[in-house]
Amino acid sequence: SRVLVFVEHDGKNILPATLSAISAASQLSSDVTLLVASGGAGAVVDAASKVKGATRVLFANDGAFEHNVAENLANLIARVHATFGFSHILASASALGKSVLPRVAASMEVQPISEITAIKDESTFVRPIYAGNAVATVRSKDPVKVVTVRSTAFDKAVIGNDANASIEPAPTAQNEPADLGLTKWISAELSKSERPELGSARVIVSGGRALGSGENFKILEALADKLGGAVGASRAAVDAGYVSNDLQIGQTGKVVAPELYVAVGISGAIQHLAGMKDSKTIVAINKDPEAPIFQVADYGLVADLFAAIPELTKRI
Amino acid sequence: MKLLVGVKRVIDYAVKIRVRPDNLGVVTENVKMSMNPFDEIAVEECVRLKEKGVAKEVVAVTIGPKPSSEILRTALAMGADRAIHVEVADGSTVEPLAVAKVLRALVAKEQPSAVLLGKQAIDDDANQTAQILAGLLRWPQAAFASKIAVAQDKASADIVREIDGGLETVSVKLPAVMSVDLRLNEPRYVTLPNLMKARKKALETVTPDSLGVDITPRLEILRVEEPAKRIGGRKVESVDDLVHKLKNEAKVI
Repeated sequence: SRVLVFVEHDGKNILPATLSAISAASQLSSDVTLLVASGGAGAVVDAASKVKGATRVLFANDGAFEHNVAENLANLIARVHATFGFSHILASASALGKSVLPRVAASMEVQPISEITAIKDESTFVRPIYAGNAVATVRSKDPVKVVTVRSTAFDKAVIGNDANASIEPAPTAQNEPADLGLTKWISAELSKSERPELGSARVIVSGGRALGSGENFKILEALADKLGGAVGASRAAVDAGYVSNDLQIGQTGKVVAPELYVAVGISGAIQHLAGMKDSKTIVAINKDPEAPIFQVADYGLVADLFAAIPELTKRI
Repeated sequence: MKLLVGVKRVIDYAVKIRVRPDNLGVVTENVKMSMNPFDEIAVEECVRLKEKGVAKEVVAVTIGPKPSSEILRTALAMGADRAIHVEVADGSTVEPLAVAKVLRALVAKEQPSAVLLGKQAIDDDANQTAQILAGLLRWPQAAFASKIAVAQDKASADIVREIDGGLETVSVKLPAVMSVDLRLNEPRYVTLPNLMKARKKALETVTPDSLGVDITPRLEILRVEEPAKRIGGRKVESVDDLVHKLKNEAKVI
């Protein structure tokens, strides 16, 4: 088998979730090609060539790829596949991977497989369904497997010191522009934070509706900063407008599995548990002793969060 | 402009699902079924676009066994003008690729200016159908929309999308496929009078065969099981106790 991994990056670094997808690719084959598409990010190509397990790096450098427009990227991936004939096409199960890969699958009329958590053999994959309340093992009958990878389920591939993969330009289109002109990127409002990314943070302190306001999230931020962690939120807190959407953890938000997850004022709906129940240690702080979050917590503290969190921050 | 909106009948989000004894699926008998919550948001958005005078007609579509027509009645009660039920045999699995092919066939018939779908169904959690449909049609796609503004000339729409780092705004040419995210709107409740009125609206039934679509699954489900149970439930007495256990027992701080 021969595997292609679509590399997600921020212009400087390969995103950690992609390194997990590369690990998954290495389980499938020793022939792993990485595709880096950008509007001119040489540093990423260099890093890609040093990732353990990668044998080839394809580099597509065009303004059409600068803002991750899904249509342009899917077209590029389909073209690269037409040239090389991969058995598997992988990406991380990020917002971008989920936007692009199903469209790639459409171009070859195959049924993609979303958010795998394990690989049984080259056609057989494990994935959660029903918000993680069931786990399905599925075998694909398609000639090409188009797969997104849940990053918390696979270790991150290591970036070594030396290049072990060749770097080649990706094949360019002969009869169509790289920019299909279907979607025009206008602007982005990205949250700026000095804290670690939710996907790679060792500690996450998460708040729910009980926080009562965005202002009150400051007490969680203080705790997170003391622990070197990130801040997350339940859907209820995001819907109430306390924090931005990119902090949402759960079935339809981000899936995380840090060493330590501190759930503060979160009742623990199954949709939230879906996004954090694989965390190594879970702490729940809630004044309702009946809150379902306590059933999955290693350590539950029944307390008023406005007293407990500042005290906890002081003690550690 | 005409809008096509896809809706799926799923196990209600509040139901605690149970794995079937044969380990090939989950129990669906005597379980409350509802419209996929994300699809409700898609219907609501279509109805609002109609109420604002942007859209002229809203056509709701579902693909599923006979009882799926119930959620089309819900969509009609919310304000859709008519509905199409693509009926399949009870118990058949229709994967996102097959759904997208069915929708492509309906797009060819209906010629809508946009197709709106929920970003994912809460049963298979695939998050694929809109993107596959857009790919099959070679239309623009706007996945995870949290704001939709159709341009005056109806040739394009500005869409705010929820992405990993925050929000982004894109402009898509119409026709396009959009998948909707949680914060696009809050769906209205269906009232009894509207449900009564919805009974008079047209509901057409077709089959994948009559549309020329082969829905044979590409994925074989080998096994469905319960996830490993997490053993929790221990309580600590105080913040001090918690700090002590995190340091000495869990060793995470």
